[in-house]
Amino acid sequence: MPGKIVINDKTIAFLEKIIELSGETITLCDQCGTCSGGCPVIHEMDITPSQMMHKVQLGQEDVLESKTMWLCASCNTCTVRCPRGLDVAKVAEALRQVKLRQSIDNVDLNSIPKEDLRELPPIAIIAANRKMIS
Amino acid sequence: MKIPYYPGCSLKSTAKHFEVSAIAVAKELGIEFVEIPRWNCCGVVSSLTEDDIIHHVGPIRNFVRVLDMNENGLLDNEKRLLTLCSMCFNTLKRSNLRVKEKPDDLDVINDFMYQEKDYDGSVEVVHFLEILQKIGFDKVKEKVKKNLENIKVAAYYGCMLIRPKEIGIDDPEIPAIFENLIQSLGAEPVDWRSKIRCCGSYLTLNNKDTVIDIAYDILTDAQKNGADLIITSCPLCAFNLDNRQKDIKNKYPGFIEIPVLYFTQLMALTFGLEEKQRGLDLNYINFYNLLNKKVLSK
Repeated sequence: MPGKIVINDKTIAFLEKIIELSGETITLCDQCGTCSGGCPVIHEMDITPSQMMHKVQLGQEDVLESKTMWLCASCNTCTVRCPRGLDVAKVAEALRQVKLRQSIDNVDLNSIPKEDLRELPPIAIIAANRKMIS
Repeated sequence: MKIPYYPGCSLKSTAKHFEVSAIAVAKELGIEFVEIPRWNCCGVVSSLTEDDIIHHVGPIRNFVRVLDMNENGLLDNEKRLLTLCSMCFNTLKRSNLRVKEKPDDLDVINDFMYQEKDYDGSVEVVHFLEILQKIGFDKVKEKVKKNLENIKVAAYYGCMLIRPKEIGIDDPEIPAIFENLIQSLGAEPVDWRSKIRCCGSYLTLNNKDTVIDIAYDILTDAQKNGADLIITSCPLCAFNLDNRQKDIKNKYPGFIEIPVLYFTQLMALTFGLEEKQRGLDLNYINFYNLLNKKVLSK
């Protein structure tokens, strides 16, 4: 990834906010890639879970424009495997929350076919609401 | 034994057959589920941010109901709260753990629910599988009337029963509780890789195609390892693996259907219970086609 790494008050503030929301010491991540290796939806992501972690470490707010956090279904596979004991799922949740707390939704329920809504178990609809709608 | 039971929303709708079969097999084993009065939604997914306390109120309020039940004589000092749905189990247990680890959060929640009695952290969230393990799979075996010797069963754990580690009912990488149950029922457990792989969960709402691909991988992995059927304990996994087979067949024309049952339905079947207690007509993929094929080929 070309470009200069910029560290300033803004990037540090972003990192600190995500640390505060997730409760995870994100700076501990040493980029081993175990989270990415076990992620069941990585093939759909634009950046890998470890790249997401790296961007947060560097305070790069453009991580919020990535699809990755929305594709994370909190399955916790990375959580149980991280050799540094980090809960990557909590970091993804913190990133989603930054968007949701600005009333920026990731799903428009009106776009879901009515037939699907009738068939889906309530837990699917409620979970999607909780995770992707402010 | 009477135990307080938290059903959750799906057990009353799309997963009715899970509830019906679980209550029936529990009765056979001398366990009576006492549904908690005025239960409310658990929230389905646990709130993972540090400052989000409000979403833990739902789970905690259900625990207060359990305290009420013990106080008003519905239960005799039984504070284990039984769940069937893996997602309810996980969400309730995570909230319980959070308030035990963070007493300040519990104070905030108790203040919020100031007209309820205070929650004291004394309820224990358990999954039905844990109760079965506790009473002993040998006791389960004693109830088996129908032999399923030639049926190979793949146990699908998914995520919420086993992860994260502090919540799971078994090893997060190599769980065995389902396989032990399958053996006690006289069927043959299948060893397969995808049993702990996520099915895509609620992405089935807005990323249907992703879930179709993942479910196809999981189902064909079970088949490659010789499975005749799959069992699960999550109504969302069940939907993605069972109902989504309709879409899988459209996308992957060579795909062959495989039945997906709740583990309690398999128990009801081996216990020789009546059809209305098995609820097998509510599964999307017909189990009887498989059974007839197996029996006829013998």
